[in-house]
Amino acid sequence: MRTRLALLLQALIIVLVLVAPAPPALAQDKPRHGGELVFVVPTEPPTLDGHREGTFGLLHPGAPHYNTLLRMDPTDVSGTRVIGDLAESWTITDGGRTYTLKLRRGVRFHDGSELTAEDVVFSIERTLKVPNGQLGIFTRRIVAKEIVDPYTLRLKTATPYAMVPYDLNSVFIVSRKAAASSGPEDFDSGKAMIGTGPFRFARFARGDRVELARNDGYWGGKPAWEKVTFRIVPTDPARLAGLLSGELDAIEQVPTADLARIRRDARLQTAQKVSWRTIFLYLDQYRDRAPGLTDQAGRPLARNPLRDLRVRRALSEAINRQAIAERLMDGAALPASNLVSPSVFGYAPDLKPEPYDPGHAKRLLAEAGYPDGFAVTLSATNNRYVNDEQIAQAVAQMLARVGVRARVEALPVNAYLPKGRKGEFAFAMFGWGSFSGDLALRALVATADPDKGFGAFNWSGYSNPRVDALLERAFASTDEKQREALARDAMRLAMRDYAVIPLHHQVATWAMKKALGYAPRTDEFTFAHHFRAQ
Amino acid sequence: MLSHIVHRALQSFGVLAVMSLLVFAGVYAVGNPMDILVNPQSDQNEIARATAALGLDRPLFEQYFIFIGHAATGDLGKSFAFNVPAIGLILERMPATLELATAAMLIAVLLGIPLGLWAGLKPRSAAGRTIMAGSVLGFSLPTFWVGLMLILVFSVWLGWLPTSGRGPTVNLLGIPVSFLTAEGLRHLVLPAANLALFNLSLVIRLTRSGTREAIGQDYVRFARAKGLTETRIVGVHVLRNVLVPVVTVVGVEFGSVIAFAVVTESIFAWPGMGKLLIDSINVLDRPVIVAYLCIVVALFVAINLLVDLAYSWLDPRVRLGETR
Repeated sequence: MRTRLALLLQALIIVLVLVAPAPPALAQDKPRHGGELVFVVPTEPPTLDGHREGTFGLLHPGAPHYNTLLRMDPTDVSGTRVIGDLAESWTITDGGRTYTLKLRRGVRFHDGSELTAEDVVFSIERTLKVPNGQLGIFTRRIVAKEIVDPYTLRLKTATPYAMVPYDLNSVFIVSRKAAASSGPEDFDSGKAMIGTGPFRFARFARGDRVELARNDGYWGGKPAWEKVTFRIVPTDPARLAGLLSGELDAIEQVPTADLARIRRDARLQTAQKVSWRTIFLYLDQYRDRAPGLTDQAGRPLARNPLRDLRVRRALSEAINRQAIAERLMDGAALPASNLVSPSVFGYAPDLKPEPYDPGHAKRLLAEAGYPDGFAVTLSATNNRYVNDEQIAQAVAQMLARVGVRARVEALPVNAYLPKGRKGEFAFAMFGWGSFSGDLALRALVATADPDKGFGAFNWSGYSNPRVDALLERAFASTDEKQREALARDAMRLAMRDYAVIPLHHQVATWAMKKALGYAPRTDEFTFAHHFRAQ
Repeated sequence: MLSHIVHRALQSFGVLAVMSLLVFAGVYAVGNPMDILVNPQSDQNEIARATAALGLDRPLFEQYFIFIGHAATGDLGKSFAFNVPAIGLILERMPATLELATAAMLIAVLLGIPLGLWAGLKPRSAAGRTIMAGSVLGFSLPTFWVGLMLILVFSVWLGWLPTSGRGPTVNLLGIPVSFLTAEGLRHLVLPAANLALFNLSLVIRLTRSGTREAIGQDYVRFARAKGLTETRIVGVHVLRNVLVPVVTVVGVEFGSVIAFAVVTESIFAWPGMGKLLIDSINVLDRPVIVAYLCIVVALFVAINLLVDLAYSWLDPRVRLGETR
């Protein structure tokens, strides 16, 4: 009863927002080049120590303070090409085991000291020493760090490892001198955020805002803003209200239901790009009896139908991806055929999204011995991905048309993840974003092997030695062309086996005032220092 | 009197112990916080390392006894997510919540009592009926909806007030407060009004029924017969009797408003404790959840004690701590 009332009221709000007149006055002179930019983040940064974790909550306010050795090229269409940042150039020798990097000269930290190779080595080592640090995955493979001269350093891995440039993109370079006199609390509170970036730390009011001031001595030219403020606003309607009233200059992760409202507003504009995040379905392929699978009457099945390739294919054909993308997501999704989106390294362009064919799906099910279908629990999150619970409901309805009765069980992500890890789901929805196809495959479909970092999220229990071997070769290869070919082969194999069923790639949406410009990014990051005043 | 306070304190320790055990078991049942806290790209070894670092690989009862041991020395643990002491995290946000709750209760009392008196003295007038109808609305409309409507009308349409956040703060006796600046007050108005609405209605209704009851009593008639002015009758004799139930309710509600300002704080992005609690539940940050609830229980005990004391002042017939 209460929820029905709540739904009714929400509908009323949406109607009211839609018919609402434009506010009489709005600060039109803002934001102006050289003025203040007010951006918003939905979650409070748990810490401002950039070496502790890599969440958006931390990276969005943190990134403008720092530089990394290498970074993603924001102008590259794929959004996954690496270019130099603090490193001017780099060479790979010793069969892919040694990376020699030349540092930019004359770069100064916020405290005035000059950047040298010592700061870089210190920063890389610090990621491994920070309590509860989670950046170790990016740096643990670097087994030796040699300082050749103040502007040259050599990083070595034990075995050839092609991901080093991508990994270095995640490590902020901090001043060794400044860090020596700061404790962990100073890093958490932001006081020790001494980097080389375009903005310096001004203030962190927990739960409320983070304020940044321009670094006038920035080596990369004068930053566009005098001041950047990150407001912390957790609810969607409040962020939208802030944008509509003119208090906020830009918002990210715009809810699809509000897109139309924003587009009608002459003072606002949106920027969109297909994100690297792919939504897909796990299918249990390793157990004879998987949880939640029964016949139509609720009796347990003699064997696990999801282990039959024909059944997996039938489920995929029964899903109308186009309808989900256009109707449910208001166009903010792209039907998927791969585990990475089209612009990402390792995407296999010859794979096409599964055509919607419920008739054929029914025949396949009959052929596999399930003419009357079966029943299954479809698990999904309800607060993690765009419209996640609604997508699961839509999939369940589509499956019902071919005779498969899917009960949707939607959980908040904090309850969902532990269950998934314990193997409590046979049929489950999830989302993943990766810099490259081989990385996505390594986590999602490679045979689980903790020591190699393979299959950390392989909830399907899919295991194909040929896929594993292709991935091993891809990671050991330093020739980009060869590596991409190997990654594509692995993607084709896994997708033809229906290791998982890809649904769609999310489209990331930003909304901002007309006076602003932002180049939308595949990785969904929002870097305040990349906003331009037009 | 003193024995009464000591007795209350002992009781509250029992409540704290039971509550912490329940929360421990509850959060444990939901799942492993590590699954949410670690970077999703981490491999299994990375996760095992992080789990061991927080002591989450030990059995539940062992974790609980470690917690109790530390709690006895006043250390309620470090937040998993923030990596700083949980108690400090909460105390840092307490001023914001206390300010909001106090502002809301002030609105409720300062508006509610006069309106309730009016409605009680003139129940059949148009004004009296309007006040009562308004209080029914205040009771029945959900907070989150009223909050959004307030934002929509006063911030988006009219552009008078900010949509969310807390204004600039100044230190008052070392505590950051925002009501001393004009900008801070502008930020405070909408969330405080939103939080006050329910209690405003409650106070109106209590005052009205109390007034209606008192007005017919002998002592009021006697006061009238004595020729006292209407102002004195209502302002002293009626009001004092009406206040007894109002004080009880305001006391109990003040605790609730502090503990459960969550909805208002989330909608208005008010940096208070409630928002912290929700964030902590979302990432299963057990130390913060336990510490928060401990503080709230302590607050409730303290407020109830104050209410008891206020009683004995308002109604001399009430005696505390005597078992004659």
